[in-house]
Order: sequence, then C-alpha cells, then structure tokens
Amino acid sequence: MGNGLLNKVGIPRLIISLFLAFLVAAAFSFGLPMGQIFSAMLTRFGMNALLVLAMIPTIQAGAGPNFGLPFGIICGLVGATLAIELDLRGFTALFFAIGVSIPLGAAAGWLYGLLLNRVKGQEMTVGTYMGFSIVSVMCIFWLMAPYKSPEMIWPYGGDGLRVTVVLDGRMEQLLDRFLSFTFYGVRIPTGLLLVTALCCLLLWIFLRTRTGLAMSVVGSNPRFAEASGLSVNKYRMLASIISCAMGAAGIVIYSQSYGFIQLYQAPLYMALYSVSAILIGGASLQRATITQALIGTFLFNGLLVIALPVANVAMDSDISEIMRVIISNGIILYALTRKEVGGDAR
Amino acid sequence: MTGTPRLEMKNISKQYYGNRVLKGVSFSLGRGEVLSLVGENGAGKSTLMNILFGMPVIHATGGFEGEIYLDGEKADIKSPEEAMKLGIGMVHQEFMLLPGFSITENIKLNREITKDSLLSRFFGKPLKWLDMPAMKDDARVSMDAIGLGIDEMLPVKGLPVGHMQFVEIARELDKKNIRLLVLDEPTAVLTESDADKLLEAMKILTDKGISILFISHRLDEVMTASDKIVILRDGEQIAETLPSETSIERIAELMVGRKIESGEMKGRPPSELKDDYILQIRDLSVSMPGERVKGVNLDVKRGEILGIGGLAGQGKIGIANGIMGLFPSGGDVKKNGDPVMLNNTRGSLDNGMAFVSEDRRGTGLLLDDSIEFNIVATAIQVQCKFLTQGKISILDGKGMTEYASKMIRELDIRCTGPGQLTRRLSGGNQQKVCIARAITLEPNLLFVSEPTRGIDIGAKKLILDHLVKLNREEGLTIVMTSSELAELRSICDRIAIVYQGKLEGILLPTDSDRDFGLMMAGEYHKIHRKEAV
Repeated sequence: MGNGLLNKVGIPRLIISLFLAFLVAAAFSFGLPMGQIFSAMLTRFGMNALLVLAMIPTIQAGAGPNFGLPFGIICGLVGATLAIELDLRGFTALFFAIGVSIPLGAAAGWLYGLLLNRVKGQEMTVGTYMGFSIVSVMCIFWLMAPYKSPEMIWPYGGDGLRVTVVLDGRMEQLLDRFLSFTFYGVRIPTGLLLVTALCCLLLWIFLRTRTGLAMSVVGSNPRFAEASGLSVNKYRMLASIISCAMGAAGIVIYSQSYGFIQLYQAPLYMALYSVSAILIGGASLQRATITQALIGTFLFNGLLVIALPVANVAMDSDISEIMRVIISNGIILYALTRKEVGGDAR
Repeated sequence: MTGTPRLEMKNISKQYYGNRVLKGVSFSLGRGEVLSLVGENGAGKSTLMNILFGMPVIHATGGFEGEIYLDGEKADIKSPEEAMKLGIGMVHQEFMLLPGFSITENIKLNREITKDSLLSRFFGKPLKWLDMPAMKDDARVSMDAIGLGIDEMLPVKGLPVGHMQFVEIARELDKKNIRLLVLDEPTAVLTESDADKLLEAMKILTDKGISILFISHRLDEVMTASDKIVILRDGEQIAETLPSETSIERIAELMVGRKIESGEMKGRPPSELKDDYILQIRDLSVSMPGERVKGVNLDVKRGEILGIGGLAGQGKIGIANGIMGLFPSGGDVKKNGDPVMLNNTRGSLDNGMAFVSEDRRGTGLLLDDSIEFNIVATAIQVQCKFLTQGKISILDGKGMTEYASKMIRELDIRCTGPGQLTRRLSGGNQQKVCIARAITLEPNLLFVSEPTRGIDIGAKKLILDHLVKLNREEGLTIVMTSSELAELRSICDRIAIVYQGKLEGILLPTDSDRDFGLMMAGEYHKIHRKEAV
C-alpha cells in the first residue's frame, strides 16, 4: 500500500515536495517574512501557470512537450509591445495585447505544426533548436522594427527596442491587483488566480470535446486513431496551434505580473522551465493532465521563490538561478531517460 | 546413407509457459542429404530451428527436452555462436544483410581477412587493414559455388531479392566448417525461375557433403528437392516419409488434418444462405508490407460468417486492412451495390463496416487509456455518441461508464472495473475490448482479423462463441481472417483461401483436409487440372 502511494506520487515529486517543505521550515526558523514569501509563491504560480498549461495540448497529441514554445512567446511579446506602441493603458492595453497575441501565436503554431509533422519522433530536439533559432531571428526584429514609443526604444540611439521594457503605469500587475486582498499577511493575487482558473476550465472543457478527445487518441496511439478515421497530422497541427497561442497569451500575463517585458534572449529558456515544471508535476512525455501542470508549476516556482531568501541567510549568496538551471535541466534529463512503468518493453 | 548421420534430433520437446509446442520430435539427416520440414504456421518448425540454433528465447524459457547429435557427437548448443562454431549455418526468412555494404563485405562480415598496417604494428590486431583482394577472391569462390554470377563488389542495397537470398547462402557457405545448412523458407520471396536456381544451388551444396534442412510451404519444391520429408502438425511429428512414397495430396492432408467433429462445425449449409451480396470485391490490391494482396475477387453474402484463410504472408491479412483504408489499396469494392471509396477509413466506418485489427496492441487498443474510453473512442469520433447534448458537447462520462459496464458484463471482460487501463488486461480480455469497440459502432459488416492469436483456449472459445452469437442474433455479417484453419472451420459458413495475394478458392468447412492443404499450398488447381486431363 505504501509502495502504491509512492508509485502514485512518484519519487521526483516526493523529493522535491520534501525539499520544498524543508526550505519552508528553514525560512520559518530563520525568521524570514513568511507572508511575503507565500505571496511571491502564489504570484509566481499564477504568472507561469498558463505557460505550463500550454504544454498539455502537444503532449496529449503525441508531439511531446512543446519545446518550441518560444515561438509562441515571441508572438505574445509582439502583442505586448504593440499595445505600448499604441499608447494603450490599463485593461485596454492588456486585452489588446492578448487579443493580438493569440492570433499571432496561432499562426506561429500553424507554421510550427507544419514542421512538427515532418519530424515525427524528434519533436523535442527539433523544437528546442527551432525555439533557439527563432529567438535569434527575433533579436534582429527587435532592433529593426520601426517602434517609436520612447518608453521602449533605446534612450540614446533612438533605434530598436530595449532589452527590458518597463510596464509601470501601463499594465503592471493589473491582474495581480484586481480584487486582491491580504490574508494573514499573504497578499492574494485574486485576478491572476481567477484568470488561471478560467484558463484551466476552458482547457478542461476543450479536452473533453470531441476534438479534444480525438487529439488525445492521436497522441495515445496514432495507428488506432487512423483506424478510427482520424487524421493524425490534423490533430497534431491543432495541438501545436493551441499550444503556441496559449504560450503567446501566457507571456502577456507573465509580463504584466512581472512588470517588465523581457525581449531579445529572454524567451530562450522559457520552454525548458515550463517543460520541467509539468514533468515535475508527474506528467510523462506522452500523457499530461491539468492537475499535473498545476502541481508542477507550484512545486517548481515555489522552490525558486523560497530558495533565494533561505540561501541568502544560510550561505550569503544567491543560488536561485543556479538551482533553477539544475532543477529544470535535471528533471528534463530524468524524464527523457525514464522508461514508462509497464511500458511496451516486452 | 552410410555411417553416422550428420544430424540426429532425438525426442525433442519444448514447452512455453506450460503450452507444449513440440511433442517428441525425432529425425535424422544424413551427410549430403536434404530433409524437408513441412507444416502449417505454428506447427513448431521455427521452434525446432530455434532449438537447433541455440536461440536465447529457448533458454530464457526453460530450455528443452531431448538430445541433439552432430556427426554422432552429442551437441549441447547454448547460443547461436556455438551453433556456428559447430558448423551449423542458417539462412533466415528475413534478410540479415547490411544494405550499404558490398556483397564481399557482407559475405566476409566478422571473418574478414586482414593484413598488417602501420598502425597495427603498434596497436595490435584491431587496427589491421582489410585484405580486400583476398576477401574478393573468397567471396567469388562461394558465389561461383552456387552459380551467382554478379560482381562481388556491388552494394547489397538495390539487388533483387533473389540475389540477396543467394548472398545469404554464399555467406553461410564461406564459413569453412559448415556442415549443416538450415534454409528457412528461402523460396518464399523468390520468383519461380530464381527458386529453380536455388534448388540447383542446393544440389551443388549437397554434392559437397553439406546437409540441408529445408523449410518450405511450396510442396512441389519439397517433393523435388528433398531426400526425406518430415511433417509436423501442432508440435507433433505426424509422419516421416520419402518423396517417392508420397504425393503432394497426401502431404497436404497430413499437414492440415485435424479431427474436427462435424458437430463442432457451426457453419450452415450453402442452401441456407441466399445469394444476396453485402460486399463485392473485384480486383482488390493492397500494398500491405508482408501481406500484399494482388487482385482478389470475393463476394460476401449477407448474414454469413465468411472465413479467410491461408498461410502467413500470402495476403489474407491484407484484405480487411485494405478495405478499411489502413493500407494503400486499389480495385473495385461495392457494398450493397454502391461503390466504396477505398483509402478512406472514415468512409468505410461511415458505411457500416467495423474492423478488429490483427495487431491488437499496435492498432487495436489505446493501451494507456481506460477500458471504457477504448470501447467508446471510435464511436465518439465517427458517430458523435457518448457526448452531452447542448451547444458545447463534452464527453458524457456517466453514459460512457454505464455502457462500458454493460459491455463488460456481456462479453465477460475480466477486469477491476471500467476504469482499468487496457495495458493491464490479459490478451483475451484485450481482444474482447477490441470487439466491444467494434460493435459499439453498430456495424452491419464486421471484419475480424486473427481474433484468437495469442489467447488461451478458454478465452478463444468465448470469443468465437460470441462472434457466432452476434451473427445469429443480430444478423451481423462477419468476415473473419485467421491463420488457424481449425477455428475457421469451426464457426464459418464458407472459407476463402488466399494464396500469393490472390483468391485460390472457396471451400466449405466440411470439405476434406486434403483440399484445404492443397489450396493453402497453391497446388489445388494444378492437381485438379491434371486430374481433368
């Protein structure tokens, strides 16, 4: 029975949960401001949730985690910068940014899907390098694009966008502050969490529609899908489109909460963090659920949030970035090497 | 035959997990002789060869009983390497050649002739150079021996299959100590003229004193090539005979012969089935690898159970796969008089046809999904069943579970509940899930391929009985493809036999063993033509 429970939770999740609990306990004993830490945990959870949920469609459709997410993310960045260029503010800016991001992301997803359907079996490697390439191509775009807004272009040269665009007074923390309240010293980012919940609900419904189920059948067994008269390529394409559109909307939500738009190299590793988050949550490269995405997002980001202050006190140094790299790469490595229990190894 | 025999197999028995696949097979093969092993698929020929070749699968499953003697010495063969050391060569049904390498390199693979190089003087043997001229000469000798007159430096890739087969034989021949050569259906992929050449090559080999164990489904070759014929059926040695003392008909009868009581045959006499055709197949070709269909004409009567039989690789499996659009196909198929669009799975499903694939785990199931979802998955997509009503219709979980529970009861699927993953079910129960999924589509024509492959006897009977029940009670027309003739004869009304991608003929389950055997070996019409003359 105890063994069954261990299997269900999974060793990596167990270790990470225990480590997180240990860090929380340490933070408490060091007398760190727990209210702030928990607030930050909740905020980071909300910031990243949609980016992690974006992994579900491609995993379910059998194309593996979407390592090409930066393609979608960049579309979101274009949407967000356009909103500022047009001098929009508040919810108008936010909705405009999301409204532009989603169709752009969908178009990117369509292109990416064309590629994915040609490289079946190697989606992860190809996706990673496609993401890397597109980030580099867009570095040129950020420099060359005819943006004029003084808030975004380099203050001295006049041409090209800055590395970091401040959202102060535009849409900074718009969702986080919406209906926000403080509970035992923990600030609850109500709006952000509500949006996350809404996204989960929409995705949950979609995955249960006939189309969503078809996508899952395609991912589970392409030959079964063909024998049921389904076009495998069509549903893989659809998954890629949805995933990239979610990534585009996700980065807008991420940026408004963070308070900055990060351009140039910033989206480079974003996919890796999302992939490792969903894998920590217990998803495999073939199957993922919304619950796994949410658990994974919480564990992964919770760890990062709390590691910084604890390490600061304990070792006088900032190890959170190092930890992020170790955890995210380590968990991806683990997932890639893991043979599915009860798999087809006859 | 003088002196000690080259190979003697004494009382060989083997069981896989309590299932006896070989029951005391004994024979001996003299120096320079050809012994043919004949039998249906699953008669135990491959297992016997695996034992002789020391394949790991034998030892991993508890070894075997009985003794093997080579030239009078007891041989204890534990691995293919040992078999090779003892001078046993094997030419497999599937080619084991490296396509990118030349013929010479393939023949001399792992037995290369080497010469010193600068590096090898310092770093030893592994860095020696290949002595290509010497290797070419060796290859030439082996190739000439079997009359393969092509350039020995040609790459294997692109050679006609006939030549590849000869390269394999040349490779075995190049092993200097070769005493016994096993040819496992060497002519299956060859044209008739190539096959004749191969038989000539075999003659050259036996003249050199090499003994040959020959496995073939082509009975005329067996008759011409062999000195001795051993017939296996269900792991038993049915007969050992000489070509001069038997005939193709007799072999066919012995191969197939199974005592099926006519009471066990559920098929109805032809008079009970009207000539009302639900499906008319004309010139159907299907390019399914390994089961190619090359122009089949077949009519399926409404309300019957039609069996499709034949040996493995002859194309029987391809027919249903082609009509259901799973492999590229051509030809003219009419259902109820209306043409069926080929290469369109969805169209076939919409047309009231359903398919239970022979590839249960690969095509038939979503192994990591629940039983209930497996049962309804196709119906959701094709017929929009099991979805909630309303603007946005989503999966009706409750309806799905209720329906699946009903099917689980009806088909007696042994499981912990409708939510269990199909991966965890036994083969028989997995097959029942596949059947449940197909009948959820409420088809009027059901294709079932190899429904009892790899399933224990109890579950077999349940599945066959259920198919009969569906046919009798719901009037469902069933086309069942199976490698097991006995099972076809037990439930089918008519049985079509496919040979080399074409329909060889249609028999009734009550027809003689001899006729079934001849048809499966493609000899039926030849013999009957002779009889007519």
